[in-house]
Amino acid sequence: MWRRLAIFAFVLLVAVGFATKFPRNETLYIGGGIWAPPSNWNPFVPWNAVDGTVGMIYETLFFYDPLTGKLQPWLAESGKWTDSKTFVVKLREGTNWQDGKPLTSEDVKFTFEIANKYKAFYYSGVWDWLDNIETPDDRTIVFHFSQPRYHNWLITMYTVPIVPKHIWDGKTQNEIFSTANENPVGSGMYKAEEWDQDKMVFLRNENWWGIKYFGKPAPKRVVHIKIFSNNVALGMILKGELDWSGFFLPGIPRLVKAYGGLVAWYNHPPYMLPDNVAYLFMNTKKAPMDNALFRRAVAFAINTNEIVDKVYEKQVEKARPSGYLPIPAWDKFYNKKLDEEYGFHYNPIKAGKLLDEAGIVDKDGDGWRDLPNGKPFKLEIIVPYGWTDWMESIKIIAKNLNAIGINAEPKFPDFGKYWEDITKGKFDMAINNFGSQVSMTPWTLYNYVVHYPITDAMYDGNFGRYDNEELFNLLEEINKTPLSEEDKLKDLFSKAQKILLTEMPAVPLWYNGLWFQANSSHWTNWPTEKNPYAYPCLWAGRWQVGGLKVLLNLKPAK
Amino acid sequence: MGKYLSKKITIYILTFFIAVTLDWAIPRFMPGNPISILVSRFSALPNARKVLTSYFTQSFGLDKPILVQYLNFWKAFFHGDLGVSVYLYPKPVVDIIKESLPYDIALLLPSIILSWIFGNWIGALAAKNRILDKTLVPILYVFTAMPYFWFAIIIAWILGVVIPIFPISGAYSYSMTPELSWTFFFDFLHHWFLPFLTLFVVMLGGWAIGMRNMIIYEIEANYSRYLESLGASDKMILRYAFRNAVLPQVTGLALQLGTIVAGALTTEMVFSYPGIGYLLLQGILHQDYFLIQGCFLFIVLSVLAANFLVDLVYVLIDPRVRYSYTEGA
Repeated sequence: MWRRLAIFAFVLLVAVGFATKFPRNETLYIGGGIWAPPSNWNPFVPWNAVDGTVGMIYETLFFYDPLTGKLQPWLAESGKWTDSKTFVVKLREGTNWQDGKPLTSEDVKFTFEIANKYKAFYYSGVWDWLDNIETPDDRTIVFHFSQPRYHNWLITMYTVPIVPKHIWDGKTQNEIFSTANENPVGSGMYKAEEWDQDKMVFLRNENWWGIKYFGKPAPKRVVHIKIFSNNVALGMILKGELDWSGFFLPGIPRLVKAYGGLVAWYNHPPYMLPDNVAYLFMNTKKAPMDNALFRRAVAFAINTNEIVDKVYEKQVEKARPSGYLPIPAWDKFYNKKLDEEYGFHYNPIKAGKLLDEAGIVDKDGDGWRDLPNGKPFKLEIIVPYGWTDWMESIKIIAKNLNAIGINAEPKFPDFGKYWEDITKGKFDMAINNFGSQVSMTPWTLYNYVVHYPITDAMYDGNFGRYDNEELFNLLEEINKTPLSEEDKLKDLFSKAQKILLTEMPAVPLWYNGLWFQANSSHWTNWPTEKNPYAYPCLWAGRWQVGGLKVLLNLKPAK
Repeated sequence: MGKYLSKKITIYILTFFIAVTLDWAIPRFMPGNPISILVSRFSALPNARKVLTSYFTQSFGLDKPILVQYLNFWKAFFHGDLGVSVYLYPKPVVDIIKESLPYDIALLLPSIILSWIFGNWIGALAAKNRILDKTLVPILYVFTAMPYFWFAIIIAWILGVVIPIFPISGAYSYSMTPELSWTFFFDFLHHWFLPFLTLFVVMLGGWAIGMRNMIIYEIEANYSRYLESLGASDKMILRYAFRNAVLPQVTGLALQLGTIVAGALTTEMVFSYPGIGYLLLQGILHQDYFLIQGCFLFIVLSVLAANFLVDLVYVLIDPRVRYSYTEGA
């Protein structure tokens, strides 16, 4: 009796099938942007909000397309500088919130003014140079500036999500920050439907204001799955359980050729679009890294091609010597001649010569070069433990440096220690890329690589604490120059680019890819090289840099 | 009896206090700062990270002197407040544990109890049956020597990939959400089976071997020989041997039950099974003091509670303990 029952139970277990609540042909499964159980849908805490909160639920005024380098209207119909200190935004007709209330200029004004009332908002900084906001009618917002930072403002326009005043007004700063906002009311094409530890489910907003402008996204539901590891993601994308992946997956070059249904941007190297620049930061407060000759020698010593081939299987490309990403918005200000004249390439002999010139030679005969004063030195290169591609890369870099007589060693501390060390300046060399991603202006790259002012803790870049008054002044001037003055900007950017090349505060290594793989068995019309309608980015806070357009263009497979 | 209990309870309170203090202190000795780790990947706007780091360091009270933080912790603790998680901000730690705990219990309680019962039974059988002893025991040794994650990978590969009859990740299908229905229940069981099997098999080996060795030892003991020389039946001797042999097994069971909160960490990792194990690991990686504290608090509490339970059970099943506290002594 018992045995029979047990067999029956077992058969039942095996046979129980794949009853589904979300019909497969209406559901898009994605992965790569959610790493923790969903716990927060607060647009004011985007650093912790579930991927999609900004973009899918809450929308920005503008949309930035890295492929064309253009800022495109989203909630806004237009935005322009009417004079050097006034920016006027017109909203589209018919914008509304998911609860049915209209989205007006008052909401935009509120979104910005709340960051002035309370100073701990991530965009509170704009009020250092923003003076006041007027709303002559319910479609028009007039921003008056005391001293506009044009480049910074441009970024603000496509990163700050607009929030409904009728829901957030009257709350204290603490109330605003500490709410999980479990029932987010945004204006976007998707609503938060449900979630559990493993996933976040978005349901299409059938009354989205944008349908008449952009059309309706085809997937009724978007299920964003939390996936622990690349291996699981790889298995799922091959099986078609995942439609869209934002993971770095080893083996893609082979698989793209073997599986007809697997899509990457290119079906040839580098397979992926470039997204950001991986930099080798050097602590310029420590000898010998305080010497530009030494830093340039390091740049010449590193064989980036080996990293590109061996670690990334050619899924990334070597960076330009100045670090400029090859995207239209940055190419406008990129000076190729300077890169050719002052740039670097892999050349260990030249690197050795630069070191000799700096007086960094082996004085005690132990096989390692010593400081000009005769003292030996040893450098550690750090990346966080578990970031396998970076770990392999710094092994190669250490090997390259050893080859020219620099005693360097790779180290893999836990992320917490890594971050503590680089932000507090307690490191020798480290790889980082937390601010070098595609944007509307190369100013963001400078603001990251040589961030200023230099303080005890550097959270926003310039981890090596490279100090150069002339460069900082240049960047300040660039920020204060409107993008319409292209010639003046070109000149300023060229000056800055030359300083980067000759001083080499950090070495640009390769362009980390916009990891993107898709399976076309359930959804088709993925963006690719031949169908480049959008930049396929599903990472947190960056749906308005491409992902939203992918959602609008997908078609169900027949 | 009263003396026995009061002595035990004093020890437990002291242990609890010291364990919790350590649990509070150790995460704070790690280099790094949880707030700055969390905002590190956020780079929407220039200078945003600096503003956020300083605000949230204050709001989590991490800028206060260390002693004040410690006192605040106990104050909050006695109000049933374990703080807010940094990693899953702004979710209270208590809620996080409440959501994950059922998965751990559903996985570990059946596998511990069932493997204990079956293991003791098989072990006792093997001890008195030579053929069984020769064939079964080597297999049991293999079982108990296998690391959980290794066996989990093997079993996932065999029953999930080679013969794909069981799903290999999650607690239920990605196309479902928890609800009270048969479909969900069976889907849950379907996902539950492999992680359960992993834990069950590995634990089974340990229990069975332990029991077998204990029984053999007891049968060889003087009192067994004396019984034998008095002409007692094998069955009677075995009954006495079993009563003695099961005592260490009960202690072992208590310790196992105590680890219920995080005991299945590696198995949960392999099967992407939601539970405290995974959260605790993430908490440690993100240096989420509050989440680590909360998880360990539950571990400490459950180990102590399970031990306390065993102390009580001992009084019932081992007359020697009872007598030592009621008479003489």
